[in-house]
Amino acid sequence: MSQRAELYVWLVLPYVSLSVFIVGHWWRYRRDQFGWTSRSTQLLESRLLAWGSTLFHYGALAVIGGHVVGILVPASVTGRFGISETTYHHLSGYAGGAAGIVCLAGFGILAFRRTKVRRIRATTSISDVIVFVLLGLLILLGDGQTLGYNVFGSGYDYRQTVGPWFRTLFYDPQPSLMSSAPIAYQVHAALPWLLYAVWPFSRLVHAWSYPLQYLGRPYILYRRRHPIPRRAGAQS
Amino acid sequence: MRVRAQVAMVMNLDKCIGCHTCSVTCKQVWTNRPGTEYVWFNNVETKPGLGYPRTYEDNEKWKGGWTLNRRGKLELRAGGRIEKILKIFWNPNLPTIDDYYEPWTYDYQTLIDAPLSERDPVARPFSQLTGDRIEVKTGPNWDDNLAGAPEHAIDDPLLRGIEEQVRFAYEQAFMFYLPRICEHCLNPSCVASCPSGAMYKRVEDGIVLVDQHKCRGWRFCVSGCPYKKVYFNHRSGKAEKCTLCYPRIEQGQPTICSETCVGRIRYLGLVLYDADRVEEAASVPDEHDLLDAQMGVFLDPDDPEVQAAARADGIPDDWLEAARRSPVYTLAVRYRLALPLHPEYRTLPMVWYVPPLSPVVNALETDGYEADPDDLFPAIETLRIPVDYLANLLAAGDAEVIRTVLRRLAAMRAYMRKREVLDETDETLPASVGLTAHDLEAMYRLLAIAKYEERYVIPKAHGELASELMEQQGACGLDFDGGPGNCGAVQPRANERFMLKKTLPILGQSDA
Repeated sequence: MSQRAELYVWLVLPYVSLSVFIVGHWWRYRRDQFGWTSRSTQLLESRLLAWGSTLFHYGALAVIGGHVVGILVPASVTGRFGISETTYHHLSGYAGGAAGIVCLAGFGILAFRRTKVRRIRATTSISDVIVFVLLGLLILLGDGQTLGYNVFGSGYDYRQTVGPWFRTLFYDPQPSLMSSAPIAYQVHAALPWLLYAVWPFSRLVHAWSYPLQYLGRPYILYRRRHPIPRRAGAQS
Repeated sequence: MRVRAQVAMVMNLDKCIGCHTCSVTCKQVWTNRPGTEYVWFNNVETKPGLGYPRTYEDNEKWKGGWTLNRRGKLELRAGGRIEKILKIFWNPNLPTIDDYYEPWTYDYQTLIDAPLSERDPVARPFSQLTGDRIEVKTGPNWDDNLAGAPEHAIDDPLLRGIEEQVRFAYEQAFMFYLPRICEHCLNPSCVASCPSGAMYKRVEDGIVLVDQHKCRGWRFCVSGCPYKKVYFNHRSGKAEKCTLCYPRIEQGQPTICSETCVGRIRYLGLVLYDADRVEEAASVPDEHDLLDAQMGVFLDPDDPEVQAAARADGIPDDWLEAARRSPVYTLAVRYRLALPLHPEYRTLPMVWYVPPLSPVVNALETDGYEADPDDLFPAIETLRIPVDYLANLLAAGDAEVIRTVLRRLAAMRAYMRKREVLDETDETLPASVGLTAHDLEAMYRLLAIAKYEERYVIPKAHGELASELMEQQGACGLDFDGGPGNCGAVQPRANERFMLKKTLPILGQSDA
C-alpha cells in the first residue's frame, strides 16, 4: 500500500466515518424519532428468530466486550494486572472464538431467515442489505482470524499494531502502524468504518436505545396535558 | 386521596346485535393503512369462541396482565424488569401474525382489465405481507355467529371447567356478542411492560396512549396486555392501540365506535377514582374480591368531601358536574349492572359490560312447566347462556355476581311489562332486587330508551389548561406519514423508509 493510500485508509476514512457517525446520529435523532425503532419482525416470524436473534445478540455483545479489552486496553495495562501475553492469547482465542461462533451461528440463522422467509424478505430495505453484508463480512473475517491465527495458527499479536493504531487515532495518529498487519486484519480493521458511516441511517440505531432506564422506573407512567417543555426531537 | 378523572365506557351486551359497524367505522378512521391491515382497535367477538387473536384470554399461555407472587405482591405475569431486558432480543410471549390472520386483499384490477372471455373474471386473494397468492384460511372474525363452533369453540379458554354445561348441538347452542376496545385500565400492564417508557396514562382523562416518537418497537406491551389490545405495526415497527378517539373526546364527542353503534349499546362518561388506592385494589388476594376492590377505588361524585378533594387536585367544576351525571358511574356503581371484563387480570379495566339476558331454555316448558313471564328468578338458572360462562368472562368465575345483575335486569323488564301492558305497578319487584321503583324506571330509561345525551356525558378538555392539547404531549397520535392523526404537522418520512422497497407489487393481469 502506498503511503498516500495508507493515509486515506488508516486516517482519513476513520475521521470521515466518525464525523458521519456523530453528525448522522444527531441529525437522525432530531429529525426521525418516528423511524427510530428496533424494526422487529418477530410478529411475522418467531421460531427462527428465537434462536437467530438470541444467539446473534448475545454473541455480538460478548464479541464487542472482547474487542474493548483487546483493542482499547493496551497490552501493558493487562500485563500490570498480571495477565501474561500467553494467558491473554489463550483467553482471546478460546473465549473470543466461542463468542464469535455463537454470533456467527445467530447471524447465519438471521441471514437465512431474511433471504428465505418470504414475509421477512418483503420487509427488507436496502439499508438492511448493506448492514447485513457488512456485518456478515466482519463476523466471518473476525472468526477466521481468531480461529485461523490464534487458535489453530501460529498467532498474530494485533495488540502491537491494530490496538495502538486505533488508540492513537484519537490523539497522535500513526497510520503506518497498520502496514505490517496481515491483510485479513487490515480488511477487518477498515470495514467497520463503513459500518459506522451507515449506522445512523440504518436500523442499527436501536442499539443505543437498549432500555436500561427501565430498571429504575416506576411501572405506571402518567403524563399531563399541561404545557411542558418541548423535547428534543418532538415535532415542531 | 389523589382524585383523578377517567373517561370510561359501558357496553350493554343485552342489546348488541353483532353488526360490526363499530369495527368497520373504527378501522376506517384509524387502521386502514399498510402495516395495520390486521389491526382492529375495535372488534366484535362471538362468545363462545376463540376471540382475537385466537385464545388471547388464555393467559396461562400468553402471560398477559398481572399476578400475585408468593409474597402476595403484584407483579407482571411475564416477568419483571430484569427478565424483560434479558429477553428483549426475542419475546417468548408474543403472538405471531398467524395468531391473528395473514392480511390479504384482492387483485381487483383483473375485473376491469380481463379480456373478453366465456367466464367472468375473478379477483383472487393475495397476501398483503408478501404479495403472493394465498388461500384464505382464516380471517379477523372467522368464527362469527358460531361458525365452525362444533370443532373450534370448545377451545374457548372460558369453557374450562364448565364443558359439561355447554353443548354445541344446534338445539342447545347459545351465543352472544362481545365488542372489545382497549380497556384504558387504571393499572395498565402494557404501560408497565413498555421498556422505553413510551406508553402512558393521561392524568386528565385516563386515556392510555403510545408516544410514537418514544416507542422503540420492543413489543412487550403487545404481550403484556392480557386483552391483546396493543398491536404491532409491522411496517413502522411501532406499537399502536385504541386511542379512545381522544381527539373526539377532547371535543366532548363520543368515540367513533360509540357514535356509530346502531344498537345504541355504548355509554361514555367520567368516573372519579383515587389514584393512591389503585395498586392496593389490584393486589387483593382473592380474585372474587377484585370487583369490590375496584369499586372501592371509585369515588362518589356527589360526596362533598370528594368534590373538595377533586377541586384541590385541579379537576374543573364542569368535569365534576359531568361526573355526577355520568351514565358509566350510574350503571357500574349506582345500579351495579355493569361489570369489568376479566377482573382477574388485575389491570382494573375501565370498559365495563352489562351481561346479556337470554331466553329460558326450552327444556323447562316441555317438562310441563308453564313459565310465568314475571317469575324470572328461578329462570335465571335456566337461561340459555350459562351463568357460569358469563361469570368466567365478567366476574372471575363468581356466578353470584352475574345472578345479581341478571335478576335486576329481569326485574326491570317484568316491572315495565306490568306497567305498560297490564297497567299495574308491582311494588314488590323493585324491593326484591334491592332497588326502588324509581331506580327501575331510571334504569329502563337509560338502558332501553338510551337517549344520546344520556348515553354520552363527555366534558370538553380544558384548553386553558393545555393550550395545544395533543401537540403538547410531544406526539400527536399517529401523525406520521400516511397516519390518520396528522394534526397539521406533516412528519418527515422515516429515514430508513426512503430506502424501503416500493409498496408490494399488485399482481399483474398477465398471470391472472
